[in-house]
Amino acid sequence: MTKTDKKHFFSRLFSGIPVLGWLLGVLIAVLLERYLGEALAEILGLPKIPVLFGFVIMLKKPALIPGSLAFVILIYILPIWIIARLSAPATNAAAGFLVRRSVGLSAMIHLALLYACIHIWSDISAYRVLALKLTLISIMLTLSLNVVNGYMGEFSCSHPGFMALGAYVCSIFTVGPFINDRFFDQAILPLFLAPYIFPVALIFGGLAAAAGALFVAIPSFRTRGDYLAIISLAFMFIVKSLIENLEFVGGPRGLGGQPDLASLPTVFIWTVLCVWIINNFVRSTLGKAMNAVRDDELAAAAMTVNTRNTKMTAFLFAAFWAGVAGGLFAHVLRYVNPGTFGVQNLAEVLAMVYFGGLNSVYGSIVGAVSLNLLGEALRPLELFKWIIIPLLLILVMIFRPKGLVAFKEFDPRRVLQPKLKSE
Amino acid sequence: MVFFFQNMINALQWGSFYALIALGYSMVYSILMLFNFAHGDIFMVGAYIGFGVSTGLIALTATGVIALPNWLILVLTILFSMFLTSLVGMLVERIGYRPLRDAPRASAAITGLMIGIILETGNLALLGARRVSFPSLIETTTYNLGGVYITNKKIMIVVVSLAIMLALDQFIRRSKWGMAIRAMAFDYLVVPLMGISINTIARMTFAIGSALAAVAGILFGMAYPVLDPYMGILFGWKAFVAAILGGRGSIMGACLAGFLLGFIEIFVAMIFPSTLRDLIAYSIIMLILTFRPHGFFGEPYSAQLRL
Repeated sequence: MTKTDKKHFFSRLFSGIPVLGWLLGVLIAVLLERYLGEALAEILGLPKIPVLFGFVIMLKKPALIPGSLAFVILIYILPIWIIARLSAPATNAAAGFLVRRSVGLSAMIHLALLYACIHIWSDISAYRVLALKLTLISIMLTLSLNVVNGYMGEFSCSHPGFMALGAYVCSIFTVGPFINDRFFDQAILPLFLAPYIFPVALIFGGLAAAAGALFVAIPSFRTRGDYLAIISLAFMFIVKSLIENLEFVGGPRGLGGQPDLASLPTVFIWTVLCVWIINNFVRSTLGKAMNAVRDDELAAAAMTVNTRNTKMTAFLFAAFWAGVAGGLFAHVLRYVNPGTFGVQNLAEVLAMVYFGGLNSVYGSIVGAVSLNLLGEALRPLELFKWIIIPLLLILVMIFRPKGLVAFKEFDPRRVLQPKLKSE
Repeated sequence: MVFFFQNMINALQWGSFYALIALGYSMVYSILMLFNFAHGDIFMVGAYIGFGVSTGLIALTATGVIALPNWLILVLTILFSMFLTSLVGMLVERIGYRPLRDAPRASAAITGLMIGIILETGNLALLGARRVSFPSLIETTTYNLGGVYITNKKIMIVVVSLAIMLALDQFIRRSKWGMAIRAMAFDYLVVPLMGISINTIARMTFAIGSALAAVAGILFGMAYPVLDPYMGILFGWKAFVAAILGGRGSIMGACLAGFLLGFIEIFVAMIFPSTLRDLIAYSIIMLILTFRPHGFFGEPYSAQLRL
């Protein structure tokens, strides 16, 4: 008991609230913003509801800083905390009941709540929807690169290449049959079938990326070291150059006119699927074998781990998810061109992986969300954004070389559990 | 045949840029076992510093403060820019690499990438988005050797880069400092115990690499007088590939592979449409690396040595 008494004031304020409680708080907050946001913004002298927690507006017009701060506190911070705090006993009981019943059911309910939150939050403006979709796709990309660079300890540079393969193959499957386009002049299938074909198209995109990964994996996993970095880099340039030279997908002009299939729920479901499957993958025997290969390849081989197969499987698996993410990316923007999948994109994905933390699903989510949010929030600074973000990353690398939340296992059961106040 | 020789000259010129930049990658790799991803942007900074120094000197001459002939301006520009760019290189090493000496190598790669972005953006913020054109310091004269046209600039570029490579080779082989570098490349755990500071050697390697990149930048500015802040990206990554192709940490290999890459690119563009250049060049590189995983002069290492 004495230990809890001595606990810091702030940590006592926030302890003992389960994830369910926080989600409930957020739900109330976004509902408040939805129905009272306009009125409150008018009272505080803001032109409209601050789009991104007031960051953008604060940087654009410093005079509005107090107003937007007050808005954020009144709409987000206070309601979330009060609801979460007050409902803690009830939500703890509910979370406990759900986890005892079935972890799967509990996870479904949490995810449904989370989706409700982001849906209501993004309903305010189209900008939020787009930013959210791109963030979710970044999570998929970061996570899949983390499988190779974090869990397997190699350094792969070919993610933009896999993404491009996924994006183009998936687009061919949707643009070809459903849109009047240069592939078949006329649409050969009615558009209402497209949502049913889309998952198949995404999977084909992923498989194409995995097939491309085979070209990288076969020569590069014969030896260890920086070899993969080079082969994968060459592969990235080859894919980019290949697409630029393929006239039937538009060459350097790019490929546009994808049907509007990547709605927010679709992207959300695929992201959840990706996180779930990758998390199970890295916690499986194969995932542990991957870690063993990273830490000491010879010792792993001595322990009967088939190192080459392990590396191949993990690499193809990661490439598959990068391809799926690429397919979604193409359908979110509804236009792709080969210039998107270059060194710039590579630097962004690598930054998200190493910022968030190696060998950790949490880390990938943190890295992708925070860097995306930061990128959007600092947009008014224009050029200086690209000085501030790299500086931040350098600082993180210097003080936490493995990333913010590295080497942390993501166990759904522990996340969903009720949090007891005194333990 | 004339056509072939003409392209040969172009390839020699093109390859000398790659070779000079690849040397920087290779030297840093041999000491610290990591790739300096900011090196391409140091090449860009070197070109801009060369631009600044030469326009400054030309302006001084024009106003009559000092009277210098053009060739002297060129020599002074190269020397000054080498010095200033090596300071930039040492700064990059101090900020981005020294704090991470004990960290995973991939983290250092990320700081390198980020420093590269900062250099590009900083340049863009300082000088604006407009491209600057490098002053033409020497008159272009064209010689006709049996149908093959050679300009004096091309000769100068190839000769200067070969001379610098030779000087570097002699420095590494003959001087005491060169011996320290070779020792450090051989074993960076034991050599510091012999009283050679790894920080000093690393700083020196970065300085030399950056000076070479500055020379490459100025020579590039002489041949293709339009500079833009993103010119280092493509060159940097390609030279990086050349450094690997030559064998990690091998000076000789980096030079040869740089020239080889130049040859491949020029001759691919000669035979096929030039849009296929990257595709075919990288495919050839991938094939070479499949059959010679350690490059031309690299030594195979075992899995234990890495960690």
